[in-house]
Amino acid sequence: MNLAVRIGKLKLKNPVMLASGTFGLEYDGLIDVNSLGAVVMKTITLRPRIGNPPPRIVETPSGMLNSIGLENKGLDDFLKNKIPLLNKLKTAVVASIAGDDEDEFRELARRLTKEERVNALELNLSCPNLSRASGIGHRVSGERDIIGQDEKATYRIVKAVRKATGLTLIAKLSPNVTDIVKIAKAAQAAGADSISLVNTFLGMAVDIETKRPILGNVTGGLSGPAIKPLALKFVRDVYKSVRIPIIGMGGVMDYKDAVEFILSGSSAVQIGTGNFINPSAATQIIIGIRGYMRKHRIGDVKELIGALRL
Amino acid sequence: MKQVIARITKNEHVAARYYKMRIESRYLARDIKPGQFVQVKCSDMIYPLLRRPLGCHRILKDGIEMLYEVVGKGTEILSKRKKGEFLDIIGPLGNGFNITRNPKPETRNPILVAGGIGVAPLAALAEKLAYSVERIADRKRKKIYVLIGGKTKNHITCENDFKKIGCKVYVSTEDGTKGRKGFVTDLLKTYLSAIRYPLSATIYACGPTEMLKAVAQIAKAKQVPCQVLLEEHMACGIGACLGCPVKVKAKYVVRNTNYEYKMVCKDGPVFDAEEIIW
Repeated sequence: MNLAVRIGKLKLKNPVMLASGTFGLEYDGLIDVNSLGAVVMKTITLRPRIGNPPPRIVETPSGMLNSIGLENKGLDDFLKNKIPLLNKLKTAVVASIAGDDEDEFRELARRLTKEERVNALELNLSCPNLSRASGIGHRVSGERDIIGQDEKATYRIVKAVRKATGLTLIAKLSPNVTDIVKIAKAAQAAGADSISLVNTFLGMAVDIETKRPILGNVTGGLSGPAIKPLALKFVRDVYKSVRIPIIGMGGVMDYKDAVEFILSGSSAVQIGTGNFINPSAATQIIIGIRGYMRKHRIGDVKELIGALRL
Repeated sequence: MKQVIARITKNEHVAARYYKMRIESRYLARDIKPGQFVQVKCSDMIYPLLRRPLGCHRILKDGIEMLYEVVGKGTEILSKRKKGEFLDIIGPLGNGFNITRNPKPETRNPILVAGGIGVAPLAALAEKLAYSVERIADRKRKKIYVLIGGKTKNHITCENDFKKIGCKVYVSTEDGTKGRKGFVTDLLKTYLSAIRYPLSATIYACGPTEMLKAVAQIAKAKQVPCQVLLEEHMACGIGACLGCPVKVKAKYVVRNTNYEYKMVCKDGPVFDAEEIIW
């Protein structure tokens, strides 16, 4: 039975990845990280970012809102302190990057490409927790807060990074748009090897006693099972209109969810919020996909990609 | 830290909206330290979605006990779980109380300050302290003082558990239905003024943020070292999602920022009261 899939130049032993911002080396030991197809690291920016004020998390019906705000220690810290720890992993490592403009993205890509341990780059064009005042994309995204809301900004960033790296390039897109196909096509035209979607949906929650928004940043990104049907539709729309492989995500909790995403056009899936609820979700999903393939007499997982019967 | 499926051996209502749950796990019993917590999946469904962080109330021979307050849907569902059912738990998580940091901890005078359900993790600490105190010579032995505060007498629990292991317990209630009328911080102030050597004391506190803030101020004024156990809503509980920040004084001032965030789950939940920006 073959579970291997290809994302650009990157060969994954199976289509199950852990999503950015939900995986840390803390999980090594809790689960067998090496059995996964790949892990995507928390987004790195050129300089350290302190993140948004608390509360950053609120639970909503079958979902959660977060407004972390790209807290990270910056590129230098990642290269110096994280890379050595990642060296012991035997799975593909994808670095996620975000910057204020083309120069920052280019610099991040150039320096990460030199690291043997980094097997691919995911461009975070879709963090919903940044305002224009707080940077990230404000110099390129025109009138909008999120780079991935602007076709031209998406094209320019992907193009700039493409010139700076030979690594597999994944553009992570936002669902907070009117026409995802336009954005996906722009990323493809600029040289992205793959598209990952969806990032979180913008949302908010209110404390009726204090009459204040619950999140410190007022709004946040919605994830979890609540967004799965929405995410599937995005994957299908993009699958119909681009040639490059899609990495699907949004509320994947078990193998059935993963298979739904694969049938809708995903070459691989990422587990994010599901990881918090059940750290073993990803490894159980790999076993579950095998079981599904056995039951349906499918020898190669690639036969399932986009195999939706209409 | 492990994900374990543990059997519930007890889940009872104790007082107010407080419940006591006992689970069977030799692993947790062996590895968990006072002040650490576990992440509990309240139901087998996707609602409520996230795990709930619960402090370890008592460390037993073959498991642990959790004392929790029903505050929302998650804990409500948890309170209805039955003896014999299985619970999905991740733990132990975070850093516990630091009881060896001070020079000669055995000669220090521990003061445990609890507000409401904040009493939960302090029981495990008291047992640990009592045990280590007993091992040293009698003349050096210091009593463990426990100050418990609550809204009404229904919000005071565990008093006898502390007494059983030889602690001196004082109680305050906001409505005066039990012990002294007022806040637990008033008890603390009185006590610190009464003792001869406040400088040899160490405070361990857990309760609502406002109370902890007041305790920290009193401790600072009296120059008494103080450790506080914080609560925060969490998603992962292990330091991956960065969802449970607490503002602390920054080691270095970078670009005019004199604070940074630490994570309650991974860097805490126990912090030195001095480092928190309240």
